[in-house]
Amino acid sequence: MMKILTKNFGVPDSHLLKVARANGAYSSLGKLFAMKPEDAVQEVKKSGLRGRGGAGFPTGTKWGFVPKGTGKPVYLVVNADESEPGTFKDRAIIEKDPHLLIEGILIASHAIGADTVYVYFRGEYYRQWERFLSALKEAKEARIVGERPFIHAHRGAGAYICGEETALLNSIEGYRGVPRIRPPFPAVSGLFGCPTIINNVETLASLPYIIREGGEAYAKIGTEKSRGTKLISVCGHVNRPGVYEIELGMSIARFLAEHAGGTPEERALKAVVPGGSSVPVMTAAEALGGCLSYEGCEKAGSMLGSGGMIVMDESACMVRCLADIAKFYHHESCGQCTPCREGCGWIKKICERLEAGEGREGDLELMLAVADNMQGKTICVFADALAMPVKSFVTKFKDEFEEHIRFGRCPR
Amino acid sequence: MEFSFTKEQKERAEEILKRYPVKRAALLPLLWLVQEKDGYVSDDAVKFMAGFLDISPADVWGVATFYTMFERKPAGRHHVQVCTNLCCRLKGADWLLRYLKNKLNVEAGATTSDGKFHLSTVECLGSCGTAPMMQIDDDYHEELDAEKVDRIIAGLK
Ligand SMILES: Cc1cc2nc3c(=O)[nH]c(=O)nc-3n(C[C@H](O)[C@H](O)[C@H](O)COP(=O)(O)O)c2cc1C
Ligand code: SF4
Ligand code: FES
Repeated sequence: MMKILTKNFGVPDSHLLKVARANGAYSSLGKLFAMKPEDAVQEVKKSGLRGRGGAGFPTGTKWGFVPKGTGKPVYLVVNADESEPGTFKDRAIIEKDPHLLIEGILIASHAIGADTVYVYFRGEYYRQWERFLSALKEAKEARIVGERPFIHAHRGAGAYICGEETALLNSIEGYRGVPRIRPPFPAVSGLFGCPTIINNVETLASLPYIIREGGEAYAKIGTEKSRGTKLISVCGHVNRPGVYEIELGMSIARFLAEHAGGTPEERALKAVVPGGSSVPVMTAAEALGGCLSYEGCEKAGSMLGSGGMIVMDESACMVRCLADIAKFYHHESCGQCTPCREGCGWIKKICERLEAGEGREGDLELMLAVADNMQGKTICVFADALAMPVKSFVTKFKDEFEEHIRFGRCPR
Repeated sequence: MEFSFTKEQKERAEEILKRYPVKRAALLPLLWLVQEKDGYVSDDAVKFMAGFLDISPADVWGVATFYTMFERKPAGRHHVQVCTNLCCRLKGADWLLRYLKNKLNVEAGATTSDGKFHLSTVECLGSCGTAPMMQIDDDYHEELDAEKVDRIIAGLK
């Protein structure tokens, strides 16, 4: 099994510079600094790496959008806001191999010409923030990190929406974390009005391998549309929850059996949410026939998203699950767009009355209509992130929703 | 009571200001300093911060109330936060919340009568694989059962 991101996870004290270096940390830098920035971008383009924050946009292509010669500083912003239910993979990198992240930051900064970097941590990741700071201190003392780029660790303060890249920029600037209207795109006018690249922690942690071994070597791993390896964090009804590195393209059935260790007491699998709470739910049949790749998850009726997998066995109530998801989105909507602000509230209200046995005839149609009004009509895709679960839960588990109305209670 | 930073905090505040090309960007890190000192962000601290950064108190208010981790009033000595999001609920978060309510004799969103604990529920904290979990102050406590909870609570001053 190919280990690119997790190769040091099992090593004791892998977060300390001494240990990390003995295991190859920073060994890509010699080659990197001999490369022209455009060649580093080219190498990443060749690798086929796609952003691991959720959207899956090709990293090298995104870097290529930074305009040249504007006279303005270029910023790199690292997205360590990780707040999507089911997702806890970036946390594992920060805790177990912070030097891998710092190495990735140095590579990206060189490639895009950034001289200032802000690493945005979700406020709750206090210990992870501390760990990053102490790794950074060690790297500075060892003169691996020099005067440039300046690397700053910035702490958020509790708001899921700040993971959305333009909300994150507003948050760093000292404003409420509300998404911005695009265009302009951040690559052209982002942080403080300057060209800015925002990348996820896992995306950056994939870079040292790509520079060291070459983009082509990385592209040989995975499938045609999904190159390389990916972290999958798995939770819910499984025997071995945790963070696992897979070669993209692995079947979900094999992942569940080999890594996640199956469901507790061998209860029947009911549903899988493969990529964080915002992607469509898969039925057991869809999941067992599907693959963990961008195209594989799409074919199986969902999306790979962040790789945060939530597993439900037959003991789960799908109405309750959707109610929990709706509660989250209602709590976290920034409230700028009416379809999102009102829609999240309506969905939550209807789910809760169904679960309480007070569902009404027509509620399911109403939920689908509300979801329709949310999707594709707002400043950011947060509204879609609830609309997609709603549509998939209600249509794929229609019987369960109807039973709640018919019986006037939760049958579970 | 008027708010001011301690001498040591003043130095840290100066250092924080240097990290950003515009003063206002220091607002979140500085509010963290405020909360570190007082445990919450008071009206006086809002006024102080507005003067410190040359912005209006309404601007500071807007930000301080947007982010859920900034407390607006004094909370208990220890803030106990239970994740009740989907993944934790699949693994017993309801039990954990009930257990803590009974044990501390307090409702979610309230402070114990001795002021020692403030209990609240939160959304996903990135511990879904080690549920059920709670955060107390800056620390995560994961894979909880009754015995572990008892031990952790007993260990707090
Ligand atoms: C509501 C919302 C929340 C998001 N949360 C995160 C997050 O916590 N972490 C993250 O890396 N990306 C998150 N994203 C995606 C970012 O907007 C952005 O696409 C990503 O950080 C880009 O990095 P990448 O290209 O390396 O994936 C979120 C997007 C949305 C719409
Ligand atoms: S879609 Fe929702 S979260 Fe996104 S900007 Fe609009 S209101 Fe805010
Ligand atoms: S759902 Fe509780 S930590 Fe993620």
